[in-house]
Amino acid sequence: MSYLQLENLHRQFGSFKALKGIDISLGEGEFLSLLGPSGCGKTTALRLVAGFDRPNVGRILIEGKDLAGVGPNKRDMGMVFQAYSLFPNMTARQNVEFGLKIRGRDKADRAKRVNDLLELVGLGHAAERYPHQLSGGMQQRVALARALAIEPRVLLLDEPLSALDAKVRVQLREEIRRIQLELGITTLYVTHDQEEALAISDHVAVMYGGVIEQMGTPAEMYTAPKTPFVAEFIGTMNRLEAHVTDGSAGEVEHAGTRLRIDAARGRTDGERVLILIRPETLELQAAGNGAANGNMLTAEVVTQTFLGPVTRVKMTGGLIADMSTARAAALPVGANVVAQVPTEGVQLLTLAADEALPDIGEGT
Amino acid sequence: MRLSRPRMAPSAVVWLLLAGAYFIVPLYATFDFSLKKNAVGAPCCTLHNYGWVIHNGDFWHTIKISFILALETIVISLFLFVPTIYWVHLKVPRLRPVLAFMALVPFVVPPIVMVVGLLKTFKGAPHWFYGTPWGFLATAYVILAFPYTFFSLDAGFRAIDVHTLTEASQSLGATWTTTLFKVILPNIRTAALGAAFLTLAVVMGEFTIANLAAFHTFPIFLQYVNESQGFPAGALTLLSFMITWGAMLSLLLVGRKRGARGAVIAGAR
Repeated sequence: MSYLQLENLHRQFGSFKALKGIDISLGEGEFLSLLGPSGCGKTTALRLVAGFDRPNVGRILIEGKDLAGVGPNKRDMGMVFQAYSLFPNMTARQNVEFGLKIRGRDKADRAKRVNDLLELVGLGHAAERYPHQLSGGMQQRVALARALAIEPRVLLLDEPLSALDAKVRVQLREEIRRIQLELGITTLYVTHDQEEALAISDHVAVMYGGVIEQMGTPAEMYTAPKTPFVAEFIGTMNRLEAHVTDGSAGEVEHAGTRLRIDAARGRTDGERVLILIRPETLELQAAGNGAANGNMLTAEVVTQTFLGPVTRVKMTGGLIADMSTARAAALPVGANVVAQVPTEGVQLLTLAADEALPDIGEGT
Repeated sequence: MRLSRPRMAPSAVVWLLLAGAYFIVPLYATFDFSLKKNAVGAPCCTLHNYGWVIHNGDFWHTIKISFILALETIVISLFLFVPTIYWVHLKVPRLRPVLAFMALVPFVVPPIVMVVGLLKTFKGAPHWFYGTPWGFLATAYVILAFPYTFFSLDAGFRAIDVHTLTEASQSLGATWTTTLFKVILPNIRTAALGAAFLTLAVVMGEFTIANLAAFHTFPIFLQYVNESQGFPAGALTLLSFMITWGAMLSLLLVGRKRGARGAVIAGAR
């Protein structure tokens, strides 16, 4: 039986439908990230679970018990917020102790638990500091300790790292995962950062327009996106519109170029499809060196972005390839190149005749 | 190398001195006046008038009434407006401009008009309310002090993240009451104290309403002394001035207590 269950949740604000029926089932001790762009409904879903808001339709169950009518202060949900939420009038220790005091725990028990938790988040030395004496990262660690202090049934994290700088963000997300695994606490994590979600989750649910587009393990989401939006949102993806020219041979045509792709086998001729190719699987070579063996696209290098060991090469036609920095040096901006499209491991999605591609801006 | 302090422009010094004189000269004149004795040929300086004030039973009686009235007004105002403004900030922010407009009404309506209206409104009220300062006058003063209370508290609530603090508190199991008293109030303490002392200053100096409603408060006593005995009035004025300043100073001291700074800084993020 699932531990946390969200059934057909709907939430509407005026005429705006923030959630259009989401279903989530999460086992005890699992870590699920709700991932999506701003306005996709992920925070609304989290607030419904926390009890700060009520669904128009649908149920939230923990261990089979419906939470309808249970106030946020009775739900035993630890929450870490996006904004710094420590009580400014209390020290780190007092903040962590707050929930325990409300639960009437005795003083010795409180002191031990607060010390343990502050040690767990690496802030044993800062227990007597006020929030304004702590950095943003430290404040969020205290907030995490405070949420964990009440031994919550579910830990809810609402973009807790978004206000922090990149290095602290990576460090803290790993700590969150370590602590979550150590305590075996069921966790719902809201983020718009796909890298963050993939790095620390057992499951990822990508949301868009108030619905869950796809839910699965991080590897499934990355290697087998089921919708154009997920393909675009998770990692960087080359998206090439094409149509099937010969389904029996697995041949498609994109912008006048015929490509052989295994995933096209058995498709109907004339079917409109979207070819999804990860940048790291595109092989680039300088045009005219004779090494190419067909199944290729020609383009011109437009920009090169140095990313350390790899360089991201952007080309005309919207093509993107990631290649080793040493090899990319041989393909300067303006160079004519051929991009070898692999026949295997390329995803193909069916597009309805009038379906437009989701635009979520520059690929990340 | 030590950095030299930026020097103040001479024109700024002149303006500072002029502004200082604007406040100091009347005070000094009042002080000088209060040291004189109501007799021809009496020696220049005497503390006789201060002695007269301190040994005057009416002084203690009226100042007690005004102080209790001020405290009552403060308690009623905070009790009414802290939860109201908290709720407006949290749940119905669109009502904030309406409240702000209502708070301006006591500034726009002159006290003399207000007191006439209030006297008519409460004419049939029971004696404990209509006939004592603790009922009628306190009610009028809550209205009169509303602008000060509202704008002080409003600034305090705007300086903190009311939503996040409330939700954080609730997620930890706190009830509304616990959230208000343990989380919200300590973080708007300076604003609440500001509201309290502004109310104190208003009540300690209010004359029109008390006079027309025929209540014997400190400003009425001050006016009576001023009309009947010139020199002691100077001493009385300075003493009441010192009381008000004492109140302001205590606000400053309480406001600088540990934690208050944190509340403001963290809230302002």
